[in-house]
This record gives sequence, structure tokens and C-alpha cells, in this order.
Amino acid sequence: MSTLKERASLIEAEASKMGTRIYKEGEKKATTFRRDYQKESAKLVSLEEAIKQSGLKDGMTISFHHHFRGGDKVVNMVVDKLAQMGFKNLRLAASSLQDVHEPLIEHIKNGVITSISTSGLRGKLADAISRGLMKEPVVFRSHGGRGSAIVNGEEHINVAFIGASSSDPLGNACGFSRSENAKSICGSLGYAIPDAQNADKVVILTDDLVAYPNTPASISESYVDFVVEVESVGDSSKIASGAIRDTKNPRDILLAKQAAKVIINGGYFKDGFSIQTGSGGASLAAVKYIRESMIEKGIKASYALGGITAHMVKMFEEGLIEKLIDVQSFDKVAAESIRDHEMHKEASANEYASADEKGSATHYLDMVILSALEVDVNFNVNVLVGSDGIIRGAIGGHQDTAEDSALSIIVCPLLRGRIPCVVDEVTTLITPGSSVDVIVTEYGIAVNPRRPEIAERLKAAGLNIVDIHDLAAKAKSIIGNPAPLPFGDKVVGVVMNRDGSVLDVIKNINA
Amino acid sequence: MQRLRRTMMFVPGNNPAMMSDAFIYGPDSIMLDLEDSVTMAEKDAARLLVHNALKTIDYGNTEMVVRVNPLNTPYGKKDVEAVVKAGVDVIRMPKTETAEEVQELEAEIEKVEKEIGCLGRTQIMAAIESTKGIINAYAIATASKRMMGIALGAEDYCANLKTQRTPSGDELLLARETIVVAARAAGIYALDTVYSNLNDMETFRKEVELIKRLGFDGKSIINPRQIEIINEVFTPTEKEIEKAKTIVAAIKEAAAKGSGVIAVNGKMVDKPVVTRAEHTIELALAAGVITKEDL
Amino acid sequence: MEIKQAFAGTLESGDIMVKIEPSQKEGLEINLESTVAYQFGEQIKSVIEETLKGLDINSAVVTATDKGALDCTIRARVTAAAVRATGKDVWA
Repeated sequence: MSTLKERASLIEAEASKMGTRIYKEGEKKATTFRRDYQKESAKLVSLEEAIKQSGLKDGMTISFHHHFRGGDKVVNMVVDKLAQMGFKNLRLAASSLQDVHEPLIEHIKNGVITSISTSGLRGKLADAISRGLMKEPVVFRSHGGRGSAIVNGEEHINVAFIGASSSDPLGNACGFSRSENAKSICGSLGYAIPDAQNADKVVILTDDLVAYPNTPASISESYVDFVVEVESVGDSSKIASGAIRDTKNPRDILLAKQAAKVIINGGYFKDGFSIQTGSGGASLAAVKYIRESMIEKGIKASYALGGITAHMVKMFEEGLIEKLIDVQSFDKVAAESIRDHEMHKEASANEYASADEKGSATHYLDMVILSALEVDVNFNVNVLVGSDGIIRGAIGGHQDTAEDSALSIIVCPLLRGRIPCVVDEVTTLITPGSSVDVIVTEYGIAVNPRRPEIAERLKAAGLNIVDIHDLAAKAKSIIGNPAPLPFGDKVVGVVMNRDGSVLDVIKNINA
Repeated sequence: MQRLRRTMMFVPGNNPAMMSDAFIYGPDSIMLDLEDSVTMAEKDAARLLVHNALKTIDYGNTEMVVRVNPLNTPYGKKDVEAVVKAGVDVIRMPKTETAEEVQELEAEIEKVEKEIGCLGRTQIMAAIESTKGIINAYAIATASKRMMGIALGAEDYCANLKTQRTPSGDELLLARETIVVAARAAGIYALDTVYSNLNDMETFRKEVELIKRLGFDGKSIINPRQIEIINEVFTPTEKEIEKAKTIVAAIKEAAAKGSGVIAVNGKMVDKPVVTRAEHTIELALAAGVITKEDL
Repeated sequence: MEIKQAFAGTLESGDIMVKIEPSQKEGLEINLESTVAYQFGEQIKSVIEETLKGLDINSAVVTATDKGALDCTIRARVTAAAVRATGKDVWA
């Protein structure tokens, strides 16, 4: 007979060989009803406690996503707290920053934040940085570029703070909510997923703490260290309203119709095609005309990608689009659809647009409609810096989709008021002309000379194909010659290409 | 080729943003308005704006029309001076009731043209907006050699008639037919009134189809969104184009042979058929559904 | 030339609002606020100046708020303000 007691020495010997411990009987098991017990989860702490326990130190990197766009409350809340706790010299790695993040100006002045990486900047923060607020230049990356940088360690995140529309006490978190108490929904959490997967510590902040299991979840509990319940993570009304509103702006309608004609006649409009469009008025209106043509010709799309809008959801529900791949939901309809439809897939920034990830969706994208602040005669595009030298935009997925797609279409008016949008050289280089195929303006359509076959197809369809140099000249003839901008000598921004190389720098503006 | 005037787009004369880019939507004519869309207090400023826009902005091939204030107001004569000096193509006269009014305008135009040395450059079109104007339609249409066309202004006309506009347009039938008949008899263009409900594109399309059947050359419009529908309705069908092409080919053949008789498949083609075929080809070319090489 | 305070133009996009006032000094004082000040500020000021001098106004304070107006619009608005300020029209 062999008893446990008799085998004790053997157990000890094996444990020692394996370099591990011998089992010791635990304390009394918890007998609380599990719905109550989960509320005592060790992960569920206050924001201050989460920061303390995360091991965050001066000089480290914190990260945020921008799925709540102008309605985001997490960045300001967390950075205020960090300032209060006396942190200094932090790097803020955001997927993007908006007007609402103006309070960061003070935190930069006080030395709490000394370094920033983001896809874009807007509003007063952008203005201050453009004028030289920071010692260190802001690093600008595309969404795909950021995903790659986080995975390959170029952008190592120490603590990720992720606002979630719902989470259970263990950290299963979503950008939507299944509960009646849903306060702030944003849909996809795609930009936060690389952070969750790669940060040293992950803090979920939510204003809708729901019972376990909050599944299927965008972010699994296995990545999450802390869950913090807060009053509000974001104002979802700032994402967009629920209803589809068609633009009545005649110029947008004109541009949209032209863009739709490029899509339809460019050679890739066939059964099984894939497409991405933006959220601008012209882009949304273009989808309407594309839809009509799909119905008329009996063509279906295999997937629509990107920022998903109510228009796309409608076509998906009609069966015109088989699947939606959603890295960011542009309105409430999209945010709810991602919760309700299995075929509406949430994609991480890497699955969406990483250059290193050969399976990323942009690689299999046929056509994309993009906007621009400026394009130049070499087809280079600027979506980041205004013609006044002030940062006022975001790279977004521009570089990623333009480079990977089979046909990239930039929709851009020739003029915005007295601001020329087709110029001799862009103020800042964001998307290289080698990625850009067609530029649609209200004065005609320019096709990159690298794509003569596209020009032929569009001409055959009766579209007004013009030389890009003529467009630039036309703009000048209407508005005159702009004076050069008063740039200083300080570098306030570094524009990265999606492959991790440096494309351009942004100098401070003196005015 | 005669000018196409399917769409004449109204643009308020005191709105610089709209004035500078109206032609990108491709209307056949743009009508800058100094009359009803400009308040009394802004008449002077709008006049200067229109004058400077006409002088400076490159409107390409778009025909530029200005609707001036009636000559019996304090603004009318100054309007004429300002736009003729800026080189306007056509002056549109509002609320025209008699041939004498047209002649009065012509005299004003001539005065300015003489001053700047471009006698005969400016054309006139008259908007007929009253029952009296309809009665005098032919006299108005033939009142001046500068007459380019006559147009119906339905709102004032309906008020004058003591009725209102309906979707079917029965109330305008006599006025419309009178205008077309008068214009054709005078050898000038016939242009229909505006349709202002932008939310009802279906009724708008029906109205455009109706006026095309009645023989109008085009229509005044208030929004670029209306252009596409008019152009669609006025674009000949493939069948019409094919037929017209055969006839045009026959004309060429006859001309090559020096023969005055035009025949298709051995049958002689009458003059009206030839005229219609030529018009069909013009419309098709303008709409871009055929090119010169197709002929 | 005798002038009194006068305005012309609007604050709509693509327009310019021009105010002309009498000045105690010789010369034109032009205060410009513009959405395109960086690129076109000097150009706009020179159009304003040329237009006024062309109308024989050599002493005035001009306050202009520009919303991206083209030169032809600036000329028209400045002329309108000047005509209103002097009571002297440019048409016969």
C-alpha cells in the first residue's frame, strides 16, 4: 500500500528536480454567491490605485485610444490624475488626439507630458504644438504604422489606459454595451487592441461595469490588469448622430458623383471587390451612388473596410456587402451593428492596416476613397498640416490604404475658400505620390501618370481627365500666389512612414 | 452649332462664394440675379459684386446672364451700365409686358455699348411674368434683334391669373404654349420657369419631361442638383441618336454629291426631319453621349 | 474727400466685411483680420489700397474682416463701402 504520507519524500524529490514547490493546502474557499463575489475582484480598483499598482514611473510611456473622438474623457481624466500624483516626464502614445485634449497644454507646460506620439492633432493643442510648445517633436504615425511600432517595440507601452463602453470586473471589455445602462458607446475598439496585447500593464476604464462574463469581448480579461469604474468615459453623441444624413452641399455632391464614377469605371468594380471610404460628406455621398450602381449591375462587395458608417451597415444588411471589417465605428448605427452582427468584424489596428502583417485587410483592398488637405503636382498628399502651417488633421489610415489598395482615389476640392488644395508642393508630405492613383476635384480628375490604364478607362467612360499641373495652375489663376509661410527652425513634428522610416518633419510656425 | 440652353442657373447677386464657383456644376447658362434675391439696401453692393465677378472670373464656355432690376426702378439703369461694361453675354429683363419696354432696355444697352465701343455685343432675353406679357409674347419676342429668348416667370404669372401652381401645371399650359409658339415664330429660344421644391425631384422630372414635350429649349433652375435631371431628360435616347446619325450621314452624302435631295434608304427626307436630327445630334454631343468622331 | 462711416460685405465664407471711417491723418490705415492672413494678408491690403486710391480716397481708416474672399470680391466690397462713405457712385 502506498499512502500520501509514504510518498512524501518522492514528491519532494520530484518537486526539487522540477524546481517548483510542494502543494500546500489553501485557506477556506470563498462561498459567496459568484455574482457578488466577482465584485470583489482584485482587478477592480480606483484609478489612483491602478496607477500605483501598475508600477508606472517618471519617464515611462502611457497610451490611449481615440474611439470616442471629440467626446473622449479618458485622456484628460487620467493625465489630470497623473499630474496630481506628481508624475513627470511621461510619453503619451495616443492613437489620435482631438480638440477636446486642449488641457494637455498645461500638462506639457508643467512637465507631466514631455513627449507625444499620435496619428493626429487638432484644435488649440495642435496650434500650441505647431508654435513650438514642446521640446521634443511629436511623432506622427498612421494607424497601421502605430500598430506595427507597438508590436515591434519601437513604441513600447508601459501602461495602457483603455476607455471601454462596458467591462466586467475581470476586464472583458467592449466598445459597446449589452446592458440597459449603456452610457457611452463607441463601437470598435480596434486601435486599443495592440495596446492591450503589448503593454506591460493594461487598465480598463469603464462607465458601465457589467456582470461577468461580458463576452464576446473586444479585449479579453487575459490582457487586463486593472478595471476602474468611472462616471463617464466619453460622450457618444460626439461620435455622430444615429441617422444617416445626406449632404446637401452641391460641391460635395458633385465630387461624390465624380468619385463614384471613378470607382465604377476604374476597372476594379466587379463582383467580390473590396472598398474603404471615409466619413466626409463627399465620401458618404459617393457610397450612395456606388450602391445604386451595384444594385443596377448586380455586383456585390466581399468586404467594406475601415471607419464603418451607417451607409455601409445599410448595404451590409441589404446583402450588397458580405462582411464589414471595422477598426473604428464612425456613427451610432455602426457601433450597434458591430455588437449585433457576427459578420461585422472588429479588427485591431494591425489586422486593419499593418505593413508587417501580411494578412492585414488593407493588403486585399481594391479601392479606397480618401480626402486631403492638399495634393501636389507629384500626387503627394498632405492630410496633417494646414496651408497656414498649423497642424490640423491626422494621418489616420491614409498612408496604409493608399499604398496597399489597387486603386486609391483622393477627393479634394481645388479650393477651400481662398486656400488652394492642389499645389506645386504639399506643405508636409504624408502620403507619397507613388501610392496615389486618382485625384478628383470639381475642376476635373487627374490620374497619376504611373497608371495610364486607369486614365484610359476613365476617359472611355467620358470623365473629364485633366493634367494635375493644369489644376494647380487653375487654382493659382483664381486665388493668386500665396506668400511663403513663416516657418521657424525648430522641428515640432516628425512624420513617419508606415514602414517605420521618416518621411518628413514639421517646422514650427512663427505667427 | 447653336448654343444649348437647357439649364439657366439662378445665383443670387450678393453671394460671392456661389458666384465664384457656380459654373463647376456645368449649367449651360448662369444667371446672376440683381433683382428679387437682392434686398433694396444691398442693390448697390450686389451690382458691384456682379460687375467685378463678370470682369474677373473665368466662367469658361458658360453663358453669363444677369437679371437686372426693371428700368422704372432707381436701380435698373445702373445695373445695365455695370453689367454691359463688364461684358455680360445676356441681360435678362424681368416682368416684361410690352415690346416698348424691350426697346427701352435696348436703348440703354446701346448707350453704354457706344460709350465703351462694343456696339451690338449684348443680347436680351425677356421674362414674361404676367397675363399682359403673355398676350404680348410675340411682340416682345420680336421687339429687338438682340432678343435671344423669352422665358416664363410662373410665380407672378399665377398670382396675376388668380390661381396657384400645381404639380400637374395645368394652370401654366396656355402660358407655356404661348411662349414656345412666340419664340419659335420669332426664331429665338423658349425657356421655362423655375421649380423650387428641391425635396421633390420626381415632380421636377415630370415637369421637365412636360416642357420638353411642349418644345422648350430649357429651364431656369435654382440649384445645381436640378442640372443632372434636366440633362438626362434632354439627352436623346440611343434610338433617337442612331436615327439622327443616319440622317446626318445622308446630309453629308448629299452635300458631297452636290445634291439637294437628302435620302435615307431610298426615301426622301423632309426638311423638318433634317432639322430635328441636327438638333438631336447637338443635344447628344453636349451631353457627351456621343463625340464628333462618332459622326 | 469728405467721408462718413460706412460698411459693405458680409462675414460669410468667401466674402469680406469692409468698414471705412474718416481719419484725422493723411494716408490709409488698413486693419485686416483674415482667415488667410498668412498667405494673402499683404495681397489683400494692396487690393484695398489700390481700390481706394483709384476712387481718390487717400485718407481713411479701413477695418476689414476677410473670410477668404477673392480679389474681385474685395474690390467690389471696398468700392461699395467707399461709395456709401462718400455718397459718390461709380455709375453714371
